[in-house]
Amino acid sequence: MAKSSVAAIDWITVLLFLLLVGFGWGNIYSASYENEAFSFTDFSEVYVKQGYWILLSIVLIVITQAVEVKFYERFAGLIYVISLLSLLGLFVLGKNINGATSWYAFGPVGLQPSEFAKSCTALALAKYLSDMQTNINLLGHQVRAFLIIAIPAVIIIPQPDPGSALIYAAFFFPLYREGLAAIYLIVGASAAALFILTLLFNPIWVVLAIATVMLLILIKNRKQKPKYSRYLLTIIVVTGFCFSVNYIFNNVFEQRHRDRFNIVLGKEVDTKGIGYNTNQSEIAIGSGGWVGKGWKEGTQTKGGFVPEQHTDYIFSTVGEEWGFLGATLVIILFISLLIRLIHLAERQKTQFSRVYGYSVIGILFIHFAINVGMVTGLMPTIGIPLPFFSYGGSGLWGFTILLFIFIKLDSNRVNEW
Amino acid sequence: MRKLLLYLIIVTTGVVFIARLFYLQIYNTSFASLSEDNAIKVIYDYPQRGAIYDRNGRLLVTNQPSYDVMVIPRELKPFDTLEFCSILNISKDKLIKSLKKARVYSPRVPSIIVPQLTKDEYAYLQEKMRKFEGFYIQKRSLRDYQTEDAANVLGYIGEVNEALIQKNPYYLSGDLIGIDGVEKQYENYLRGVKGVKRIQKDRFNRDMGAYKEGKFDTLPVNGKDLTVTLDTKLQAYGRLLMKNKRGGIVALEPSTGEILALVTAPSYKPELLVGRKRSPNFTKLVYDTIAIPLFDRGLKAEYPPGSPFKTINALIGLQEDVIDTRESVSCRMGYYYGKRGQKLGCHSHRSPLSMIPGISNSCNAYFATVYRRIIEKYDTPQEGIDNWKKHVQSFGLGNYLGNDLPAGRPGKVPSSEYYNKIYQYPTYKWYASATLSNAIGQGEVLATPIQLANMTAAIANRGYYFTPHIIKAIDGKPIENENYTVPKITTIDKEHFEPVIEGMYQVYTQGTASSLQVEGIEICGKTGTAENFTKIDGKKTQLTDHSVFIAFAPKNNPKIAIAVFVENGYWGARYAGKIASLMIEQHINGSITRTDLEKWLLTHSLEEEYAKPYSGEPFKINQ
Repeated sequence: MAKSSVAAIDWITVLLFLLLVGFGWGNIYSASYENEAFSFTDFSEVYVKQGYWILLSIVLIVITQAVEVKFYERFAGLIYVISLLSLLGLFVLGKNINGATSWYAFGPVGLQPSEFAKSCTALALAKYLSDMQTNINLLGHQVRAFLIIAIPAVIIIPQPDPGSALIYAAFFFPLYREGLAAIYLIVGASAAALFILTLLFNPIWVVLAIATVMLLILIKNRKQKPKYSRYLLTIIVVTGFCFSVNYIFNNVFEQRHRDRFNIVLGKEVDTKGIGYNTNQSEIAIGSGGWVGKGWKEGTQTKGGFVPEQHTDYIFSTVGEEWGFLGATLVIILFISLLIRLIHLAERQKTQFSRVYGYSVIGILFIHFAINVGMVTGLMPTIGIPLPFFSYGGSGLWGFTILLFIFIKLDSNRVNEW
Repeated sequence: MRKLLLYLIIVTTGVVFIARLFYLQIYNTSFASLSEDNAIKVIYDYPQRGAIYDRNGRLLVTNQPSYDVMVIPRELKPFDTLEFCSILNISKDKLIKSLKKARVYSPRVPSIIVPQLTKDEYAYLQEKMRKFEGFYIQKRSLRDYQTEDAANVLGYIGEVNEALIQKNPYYLSGDLIGIDGVEKQYENYLRGVKGVKRIQKDRFNRDMGAYKEGKFDTLPVNGKDLTVTLDTKLQAYGRLLMKNKRGGIVALEPSTGEILALVTAPSYKPELLVGRKRSPNFTKLVYDTIAIPLFDRGLKAEYPPGSPFKTINALIGLQEDVIDTRESVSCRMGYYYGKRGQKLGCHSHRSPLSMIPGISNSCNAYFATVYRRIIEKYDTPQEGIDNWKKHVQSFGLGNYLGNDLPAGRPGKVPSSEYYNKIYQYPTYKWYASATLSNAIGQGEVLATPIQLANMTAAIANRGYYFTPHIIKAIDGKPIENENYTVPKITTIDKEHFEPVIEGMYQVYTQGTASSLQVEGIEICGKTGTAENFTKIDGKKTQLTDHSVFIAFAPKNNPKIAIAVFVENGYWGARYAGKIASLMIEQHINGSITRTDLEKWLLTHSLEEEYAKPYSGEPFKINQ
């Protein structure tokens, strides 16, 4: 006898979702309103549009809950293919907005298929990894899993929307949870660290420093018959990596990319050009103090000093108008949601649900980390939205679908034996 | 335990973000002020500067509207530059340059193109303004000086300088501030308090309306009106009499210390330092290093006081009991002293003389004797000099008077320390005779006209004075500043004044100023003829004596005390005495009966005398 899955819905997650969306909308209102009088019908007002997107997302939620769980698993492949086609179709039918051909235009409404492709990829990856035949520790299977993830990313990059493509790094979460060797993590983290070190210092010094450290380890371990070839190989790879990073950064990257990195690393100070966004965003947040200036009272927000404030930079409005307390609350809400989702993912009885769950966690986490990192000046400028918060219909719908499919999967766990 | 790592990544990220927020929002306060800077524009509402009235309620200084032509470069449309330039009387090059500058400053924020139009220019331009889109006219307030005769007293206003902006946060670049005279001294009352409006700006620096509905805005407080102690009629008359002469007149009311007239000659017209012409005019005044019109001789010129100073020595002599009014001193055309028979010369008069005729005849030998006794009363000349100095200083000499005009000089009364230094004591010794010229107000003693006038007032009051001041009332309320309302007592007992005053009275009745009596007024005065020197090509050269005169009247219950200096005017009664006499008549009687005397002064110029040292040729003095 199947239990009612509605009763098993995880209301904590739903509550966190509602808080984020609601608070987000309030901040969009403050950051974008043109007229003092509140309107329900003035579609030139951004908050009105977002309001309707939010209302319509309820329909999506109902649909995701109404669909049989088996449907997601069975049609995951098909959904994935359709989403790839929708991404490819952009090259023919896409509408160019702000220099990126990422939208389909339906009259006044634009939809961004890349926002939905994340859910589809998550479903496809879940389906593949949960297949009885798949063994994540086999190189061939790793390559296939990697392809499932990489194909949409590769299609998205030339739109161009490298920010959205970067999100696909999120699938490291489920892969790692499902047993991908830790060496990938170590290599990945080391590469990132080396990358930053190389940008900060002359690669020769970086290589020399690492060689010294390795030599010390070697001397310490010399009685245990160390494998000299491994040490040698490592140092060769490190040297190659450092110098190629240096080369690529200086010769392949465009100046605007270099600037973004240099500003975050503190090698360049620029408050007018490329650094303007980050600087204004920091000023807005910094001027909030402990409790902020109050809703609709942010002078930086009102003056429109922070570009794209209702979309990618919405968190700066939170910082200015709600202060340290409000901004910290938002961060705690996100962390709570993510931890709750880990808890949910861990209690799944099917691998499909668990993989999907970790995909959701990874995607939300990467968005959150990159976006807040960018707005607070910790990361280079990478234009991706803050989930549930930023203005944008496709984004909101994409995240809603992403999350509520998982809620549906989770609510069904009582029936899975 | 793989999920632990994921937990760790997520929680660490959260902690890092919260730490970053703490740094941005709480720890580092610079962001908040940056936000103030770029999102809130502060507009100041300038109050009306207070007006200034004279003691009789005559308006001296008020405000006049002035008009600046402003431009917002972005809103400019093509216009007839030829017409525009001809209306405003500027060259096309200048217009193009100003427009370029304005555009560089900001295309959206207004800049001044032509400052401070006159009413007429404004009236004409206003008619045509609709033709020039992007320009508009902004009203400002300028000073309107309704008298020409008190520039040195009233001062002027100008843009505040950078150093003061740093020191006093009330002032902003471009604010106007009193720079001299009453305008400077009473700046804090006159200026009022600026109103503040906070305007929310957008990222293009455009106004979006009041910040927080004007919750933090304040209204301007108008400046307070001042009443000064000047008698404009007397001041104007003094200016008239000083025409073609250099020097100063200071007239005080002895019973209050109020400054009735403070004349310096030559002076300038105050309206020269208002509006668009201010800068070139100011330069002209500053570079006139011969006449120095910006130099207030009444307050700042330190002259040897000459014979009027004898009155003080007489008073000290009586106080120190080294002479009485009966003792006579003989004079053989001078006073002989020292081992080598030095002589302090005197003019011809009957001999011997006691104190009262000694004063009225201005006998040098008499005062040399008195002075020497004052100094030699003590065991050492050092003690004697310092005791003498103490008495002299009690008359307000030898130090800043503490009056309420922002200019002044201390003058000089030498001390034992001073003489020790110049005579290299104790290697060499010095005696009273070495300082003998102090007896007759020459040598080391220096005083400004206002100090002499104050000294005269102290004599007129028989032993006390009120610090001279220019302020009478603020916002209609009489001043209560104790510096001006509490008398300063001299070291001389009251009874010693009568013989000295009698001597000064006889200066008029039978002495050196007997030709200058005014019928019906008992005037007490003292002439002075002060030797003075300059350097020509590095050589000390004597010039024609300064004509000096002090007087007060009437003898009992005095209404006016006056000191007059006329540079190179020769003997005391020649210029200074005449001027003092006319000023007293004007002040007490309100009119002049001796028109011949007045005419003589108006027709006699000393310009020729002043040109002598600059002629490059040898010249004679005291002709």
